[in-house]
Amino acid sequence: MIRPRTGPALAAIGHALPWAIVIVYFYAAPDQLGFGTQVIIWILFAMSLDLALGYAGILTLGHAGFFGLGAYTAGLFAIHVSPDPLLGHLAAVAIAALFGAVTGAMILHTNGVTLLMLTLAIVSVLSEFANQARGLTGGDDGLQGIKLDPIFGMFEFNIFGKTAYLYAAVVLFGWFLLAWRLVRSPFGRSLDGIRQNPRRMRAIGTPVWWRLVAIYTISAAIAGSAGALSAQATRFVGLSVLSLLSSGIVTVALILGGTRRIYGAFLGATIYFVVQDYSAKISPFFWEFVVGGMLILTVLLLDGGLLDLGPAALRLRDRWHGAAKDGE
Amino acid sequence: MLSFALTVLLDGISYGMILFLISVGLTVTMGLMRIVNLAHGAFAMIGGYVAGYLTQNGGNFYLAAIAAAAAAGVLGGIAEASIYRPLYRKGELAQVLLTIGIAFVTTGAITAIFGAFPYPVVFPDYLTRPIDIGFRDYPAYRLFLIAVGAIIAAVLWLVMDGSIYGARLRAAVDNPRMARAVGIDVNRLFTLTFIIGCGLAGLGGAIGAGVLSLEPDYALKYIVLFLVVVIVGGEGSFAGSFVAAMALGIIDTLGKYFVAEAAPYLLYAAVFVLLLWRPKGLLPPKSAA
Repeated sequence: MIRPRTGPALAAIGHALPWAIVIVYFYAAPDQLGFGTQVIIWILFAMSLDLALGYAGILTLGHAGFFGLGAYTAGLFAIHVSPDPLLGHLAAVAIAALFGAVTGAMILHTNGVTLLMLTLAIVSVLSEFANQARGLTGGDDGLQGIKLDPIFGMFEFNIFGKTAYLYAAVVLFGWFLLAWRLVRSPFGRSLDGIRQNPRRMRAIGTPVWWRLVAIYTISAAIAGSAGALSAQATRFVGLSVLSLLSSGIVTVALILGGTRRIYGAFLGATIYFVVQDYSAKISPFFWEFVVGGMLILTVLLLDGGLLDLGPAALRLRDRWHGAAKDGE
Repeated sequence: MLSFALTVLLDGISYGMILFLISVGLTVTMGLMRIVNLAHGAFAMIGGYVAGYLTQNGGNFYLAAIAAAAAAGVLGGIAEASIYRPLYRKGELAQVLLTIGIAFVTTGAITAIFGAFPYPVVFPDYLTRPIDIGFRDYPAYRLFLIAVGAIIAAVLWLVMDGSIYGARLRAAVDNPRMARAVGIDVNRLFTLTFIIGCGLAGLGGAIGAGVLSLEPDYALKYIVLFLVVVIVGGEGSFAGSFVAAMALGIIDTLGKYFVAEAAPYLLYAAVFVLLLWRPKGLLPPKSAA
């Protein structure tokens, strides 16, 4: 894709903007930090999906599995092992990554609908297991009674959610730097190639399966991290984290913003939750209608999500002018 | 012991018949047009709600079931002509997203109109009573499902095997490009088949409401089950869908009797292993083999 050459100053503003919003929000909406934390967590989740689905083209509806696994691991770790939030977070990332590596190794030689079905089967197994193992997970009552120590022994999780918000923001920034580096590395470029034509990539000697398993594992680790944040920020894990609806929501958030842009996840998740919040106030189920409608329109009209709105408007203008000329 | 085995078998078959009725349309969509259609459950749900509305307001159950099939079929036709057509050229991701979008919209609309609670279809009295089938009393409703399913499966088999429409459809599934080359209007064939498939889904949603209960989550909750039938059977394979639906129904019922706790994830684990072993399903059509 040819991008217009923008000056480094403009690029710097573009980079600074999302992070500036994260910081300004902290001071501007101190009573809405719970909502902000939720948005940050889902930005991270959508970003993880972007790596697997957007960059590598791995068709999956099973990402809720990693998110849920991370959430349950962090929650159970806090209850049974240690209330240290960072240790719990690390454990969640490790478990999600391990699960991603093992399942990825098994399923990533397939593609298309079969792959989609396998990812659905995996997340369904997890979901049913969490539902049945009430003694461990609390079943459909959810996992309760998570208690956490302060981070570094200093920053306590409190009801206003300041610590949780900043903690989530810092974690997001860390993963963002990694993802940004990753997709611009030769490894990231090879994923581009694999998405576009796996056969040709294999022919020129790229170990396609290994690369896919690698990005799937990284993506799973980040999704697990988002899940851990969710469990720690709310001190609760509900069974719905493992549902098809969660996978659907994160995909919607990513697609709304636009895939393969990293920042697409930022825009999409934010818009998704703002819209959900507003429409849920009108009627608790209205948001499904709105979200579905947004999804249909995005797919039919915008190939690159909302970050593609500008170029799409230009194309429409060109077509309009073209049509006007044809009419003359 | 024998009577117990027969009961499990009847339970499984009646459940499988509903899965087959609803999934048979999906196998055509996915096999013929290579569309990943996650909105199929929404059409079954619409059919179910139409029948529920009519029967709750005193309508005849059979007429309501027919109306359900007609409503789902008509809506399917409209959706195919307006929303699905631009999708054929797009990638699988776009298809997954758009069809999930349709499922969301339907769920939202149904909730807004009928509320978030389960919505029953009123069955005629004689269907809700058990009847004597020789070795025990058995719910008449389940026998009714088996009968309807068997009749429709037989009709479908006759049509697919014996009519020119069936021959064209099989040709198009096996090799769409060659079918086009010999003058078959694959697009029109597909529209027609899509309408019939959605109609059958609507019928299945209506008469199967006693097994797969109607609620706004229906479209998303059961789509995985329908996909399992299609993928396990082999996309585009009618016989495959039938075998897969029956197997799924019987295995699930067996699981509920013997290992109630483990049943749901054993089912998905089995699907997982099967797909790793045969990624194209049990009985894939020639195009996929």
